[in-house]
Amino acid sequence: MSTPVIEVRDLGKCYRLGAIGATTLREEFSAQWARLRGRAGAAQPKDFWALSDIAFDVQPGEVVGLIGHNGAGKSTLLKILSRITEPTRGRAVLRGRVASLLEVGTGFHPDLSGRENIYLNGAILGMTREEIRRKFDEIVAFAEVAKFIDTPVKRYSSGMYVRLAFAVAAHLEPEILVIDEVLAVGDAAFQKKCLGKIGEVSRDAGRTVLFVSHNMGVVANLCSRAILLKDGRVLKDGPANQVVSSYIQAGAQGVGEVEWRAETPDVTSERLRLRAARIVLDGVATGDVPIDREVALEYDFEVRGARANVTSSIHLFDKQGVWVLCSGPASADLEPGRHRHRVTFPANFLNDGLYTASIFLITNVTQIQVQKREAISFCVYETGTGREEYGGAIGGCVRPRLEWRTGPVPTVEN
Amino acid sequence: MNPGPRTETVIAPTSGWRFLNARELWAYRDLLWLMVWRDLASRYKQTVLGPLWFVVQPLVTTLVYLVFNKVARIDLGTMPPALFYLGGLLAWNYFAQTFQSTSVTLVNNAGLFGKVYFPRLIVPLSAVISNLLALAIQLATFAGFYLAYKTTAAAGTFGLGWAAVLLPLLVLQVAAFSLGVGLWIAALTAKFRDFSIVAAFMIQLWFYATPVIYPLAQVPEKWRGLVALNPMTMPVEGFRAALLGTAFPGAGLCALSVGLTLAVVASGVLVFQRIEKNFVDVI
Repeated sequence: MSTPVIEVRDLGKCYRLGAIGATTLREEFSAQWARLRGRAGAAQPKDFWALSDIAFDVQPGEVVGLIGHNGAGKSTLLKILSRITEPTRGRAVLRGRVASLLEVGTGFHPDLSGRENIYLNGAILGMTREEIRRKFDEIVAFAEVAKFIDTPVKRYSSGMYVRLAFAVAAHLEPEILVIDEVLAVGDAAFQKKCLGKIGEVSRDAGRTVLFVSHNMGVVANLCSRAILLKDGRVLKDGPANQVVSSYIQAGAQGVGEVEWRAETPDVTSERLRLRAARIVLDGVATGDVPIDREVALEYDFEVRGARANVTSSIHLFDKQGVWVLCSGPASADLEPGRHRHRVTFPANFLNDGLYTASIFLITNVTQIQVQKREAISFCVYETGTGREEYGGAIGGCVRPRLEWRTGPVPTVEN
Repeated sequence: MNPGPRTETVIAPTSGWRFLNARELWAYRDLLWLMVWRDLASRYKQTVLGPLWFVVQPLVTTLVYLVFNKVARIDLGTMPPALFYLGGLLAWNYFAQTFQSTSVTLVNNAGLFGKVYFPRLIVPLSAVISNLLALAIQLATFAGFYLAYKTTAAAGTFGLGWAAVLLPLLVLQVAAFSLGVGLWIAALTAKFRDFSIVAAFMIQLWFYATPVIYPLAQVPEKWRGLVALNPMTMPVEGFRAALLGTAFPGAGLCALSVGLTLAVVASGVLVFQRIEKNFVDVI
């Protein structure tokens, strides 16, 4: 193995809670006074370790995703590696030119023209004037703003602004590129272009990329490796798709299994009672489902008293509350006792995101006995398959794989 | 991105005080010039008069002091009062404007500093340099008045002094001093917002404590020592000596002023760098 380009050892960052934020002189004096008089207890700031014992190496050419919940320490780590703030403990060594992109368009001045801002922004990111001059045309072409290059950027549309800002950053030639969630901006087509550029940078130029994202699809797709942070520590470090899926499972956004023990009115009628529901993947109940796997929703109910003609129905809603579909089995005469309905969603059918199902139990085709709203929810997550380099959100309630063809226009013979 | 080939960056907690990293500042020289140019280009965009404001502002101030002079009857000898005030204001305005723009370095650039690394000193340094343009324009205004007065009856009472050759050094001293004071206030303001109010107030009082609208010779003997402790006294008097041929301040005053300036700028850099390294955590 070659020398790692990034070497992080025992890195820690401590914030003093209670001491954060600008104080006024008076507060400072009274705090000092309290300390002097031995009433330290009240004013003592609390230490909070935003990061502790962080250690990892990154080899040249690796694209590493940093993932974790908000507050896990991702941004703090990036800020330390970008030298914006100092660590409290430990050390990190970066070998090569580092460009960090924590925001798109840092230092853009609204009154200055696109041309002027390219120079300014490039210099802020660490390029020399000569380098910027050399790449100027390329940047303008990438941003697609050639016509407006001498217009103040405050008159740009937000899309143009973002395109220009990213274009500058994309043309840095660092050996190490540190990027924070900057791709969440811009339209889908441009995101695709940006991600393509990042992929190209790492593949062709052998550059190292450290990348923070909340978009698991992008991480799984773009990164070869991922590091999962939790409460300021490295929880997992390994191949991106494995770390991503364990992160998603740990997140457990969806509730995979529900049981209703009490006979509340929402699950009970005289004839029927809903007892439990679960999402089943490979025979195991789970709340999180990879987008490219078949998954089943099943629920158990009880027929009470006498035989009944029973059917049921599910209403599936996406996270925006859009009613995605409605489905149910053929009705059947069932003996008293427990029964189960099960429906299977094919692989590559639902979109990614959270889905919620309402369950209806019905007798004689039309008589609704039980209606359990938001009975169960589950989360479909990206695995990075079938999207090539595109990392942005893919819209729609469902995302079926349809048959597509690309070909020449057939010539018409006369 | 830290310019330069195959650099190795070591990130570790620094303890104690850091002085200038000259090599790094040099590596970022292009940024310094672009920042200077940004200051200049952005300041007067969308104004009608543009850089003419550099001229208007001291003229109006001078007019005010001319009226003030009629009331207060400060003895300026045979010197035309307009030239006296314009000459004194040259050094003072450069100091005041540079101080004003450097003292807000950290607070005004918090967003930028929180997102990208570059030597933070670049920003106050660029203010020091970009304010030189205003000084140059004001110097040109002064030259216009100088020539106009040379054709009047008072022509014999003033003229360029031998000290004119020292003018670049005087400018350098004012630049260094305003940077030093600005860095102090910038660092203190980052910790305690009180200092932004103190700064505005301080500059007003300081103006009257500096012989800008009165000559040092008019200060009563027993107060001279106190006025000499003000590092701005020497450059303001020196400017007038250079441009109008008044007496150049004595060697003792010069040594004291230069010594204090060096102390202020060195300590300013130290304090600024100490505050700056974890500044984004406390903003």
